[in-house]
Amino acid sequence: MIAAFVVLNAVLVMVAYLTLLERKFAARMQSRIGPYYVGRPHGWLQPVADAIKLLLKEDIVPTAADRWVYNLAPIVFLLPCLLIFATIPFAPELGVADLNIGVLFFLAVSALEIVGLFMGGWGSNNKYALLSAMRAVNQIISYDLPFIFAALVPVVLAGSMQMSAIVAAQQGLWFVAYPLVGQLAFVAFLIATLAAENRVPFDILEAESELVAGFRVEYSGMKFALIQLGEYAHMLGTSFLGALLFLGGWLGPGPVALGPVWFVLKALLVFLVITWVRWSFVRIRVDQILAISWKLLLPATLVLLLATGLVVALRGAGGA
Amino acid sequence: MPETQARQVVEVGYGGNERLMMNMGPQHPSSHGVFRMILTLEGETVVAVDAVIGYLHRCHEKLGETLTYVQYPSIASKTDYVAAMTAELAYVSAVEQVAKIEVPRRAQYLRVIVAELQRIASHCLWLGTWCMDMGGALGGGATVFLYCIREREMVLDRFEELTGARLLYGFHQVGGTRYDVPPGWDKKVRETVDVIEARLDEYEAMLDANAFFRVRTQGVGVISRELAQSVGVSGPLIRGSGIGYDLRRAEPYSSYGDFDFVVPVETEGDCYARYLVRMVEFRQSIRIVRQALDGLPQGPISSRPGVKSVGQVRVPKGEGYARVEGARGEVGCYLVSDGGPKPYRLKWRGASFSNLAVLPHIVPGHKVADVVAIMGSVDPVFGEVDR
Repeated sequence: MIAAFVVLNAVLVMVAYLTLLERKFAARMQSRIGPYYVGRPHGWLQPVADAIKLLLKEDIVPTAADRWVYNLAPIVFLLPCLLIFATIPFAPELGVADLNIGVLFFLAVSALEIVGLFMGGWGSNNKYALLSAMRAVNQIISYDLPFIFAALVPVVLAGSMQMSAIVAAQQGLWFVAYPLVGQLAFVAFLIATLAAENRVPFDILEAESELVAGFRVEYSGMKFALIQLGEYAHMLGTSFLGALLFLGGWLGPGPVALGPVWFVLKALLVFLVITWVRWSFVRIRVDQILAISWKLLLPATLVLLLATGLVVALRGAGGA
Repeated sequence: MPETQARQVVEVGYGGNERLMMNMGPQHPSSHGVFRMILTLEGETVVAVDAVIGYLHRCHEKLGETLTYVQYPSIASKTDYVAAMTAELAYVSAVEQVAKIEVPRRAQYLRVIVAELQRIASHCLWLGTWCMDMGGALGGGATVFLYCIREREMVLDRFEELTGARLLYGFHQVGGTRYDVPPGWDKKVRETVDVIEARLDEYEAMLDANAFFRVRTQGVGVISRELAQSVGVSGPLIRGSGIGYDLRRAEPYSSYGDFDFVVPVETEGDCYARYLVRMVEFRQSIRIVRQALDGLPQGPISSRPGVKSVGQVRVPKGEGYARVEGARGEVGCYLVSDGGPKPYRLKWRGASFSNLAVLPHIVPGHKVADVVAIMGSVDPVFGEVDR
């Protein structure tokens, strides 16, 4: 109970500062300065100011909206995005619940965000939002499969679905460096993450130059903030998963107490790679996104998973 | 159905069938001003588009009849506010044509320099906004946009040093230019174009080999040679469709015959071809600016005295049509004079207006995301469309 409370609050604070990090990072890329004046140096109070601003904003519900669906959507969206942190251990024995099916739980719950997303798009009774919700369902279904297959490669390599066991299996060699299968799986994982997080170049459901803001176009104030929070929390959670599955989790030089620090740093590294891609590519079209998934990524990850199984079987045969 | 005939709009709402009518604009992130497209969608595919213009109508032509030949040039710049210099040039050229006023060679060269700098600035804005349309304000598009704005600012700084204004200049006057170059300006312009030339390489490195950029632009919004001619598009659009038509070459005005430059032509007719054409135009403009600065003759900047009163330019009875190659294509100004200090009738031919007319021909059949890519590649300025 206490652990859950601590993790939840830590996550919310981290998410707030993640937005600042992304804004500063993007500003650097774009030869700007980024947030600066709200809290010197470098606008460290900006997330707080943003939160206060969003709290004080008027909450608008369109008259034509499906009120129940519309009002529930941000919560339904946020819930799975926060729930995924339940299975993430930040160090050995430091986490809410180190389930023996941790990875499965994570993947299953994280895919649930689509429900809230579609509710928002449908309930707004707005054509942009509806189109965005349609795109969202298309995209999430297409990319969750390669995402899961890519995430299963470390599971097969470690022989366990328990997060701590997967990290323990990387004691000698991080899976990102595992010859061929690990490396390819990491690349596939990153690509699928971009799509699952709706980041450029796969952010067609937000697509503000076509669909204005997609499914959240009608949301204002705190409901908008909840959706935003959910999105960043989901991204942070996926970054943690990437760090756990491929970058050796809390493993690193120095005493064991430094483990969580290493873990967070690795997750931030994954996050920054996603951000880097986001701020350097143009968005691609919905048919092209589906083509990439079904024609390229899905077969590739399937083959990769089979190859990983083969590698493990051969390793087992060789070892035994 | 022949390709050159615009498809009929299908007016349907939510009810019953699978079609969805969606408004894009007049307030929309990618409408480049105030432009409304009524899209009829089948899923993601656009089956019909109805373009509605006129939200930025400011009675420009009537305004031209109520202002004198001295006053109007700075208002002419407001027709196409992204390439104000060329709009002014079209107006004063028309007046000079009717009044048979000679322009000193120094003024002609100065006009060329500012027109080409303006083309660079305008193309910078085009590239930035186009990439933002495709990449989003929360994505890589915004990165390109900010880079382009950075370069455009440099050109605007040069204009500010020259005229005191950054967007709408009033630089031209009948018979020449209003201002001469301040000391040291040519050196600064040379440095500016040097920097921009180097940055162009960076843009191309970012975009040319970028697979995502290519799939969004290649084969999208193809304007065939025949369609381009029948609709009457001009500028980069017609040059991207295989016709090497450039007024600077076809009908040299303001000493353009003195300069050495290439008119780029691409035959594909898609968004990528238009991108390639404009990227070459950037470099050719830089080349012309350098040549004009090298060969800038000494002498007066105007064949007429400076502005003393608003009614001092009298134009004999007559009519004339002057056209220049603006950043977006052929900018024309038709003028009828009755011998007074103001024109009797003024008519603008906006490049964006004719270019925009191609949209209903090429948009149907594309996805929603392509609509904004095509819009951006047409590069309309709605001040010029609605006037």
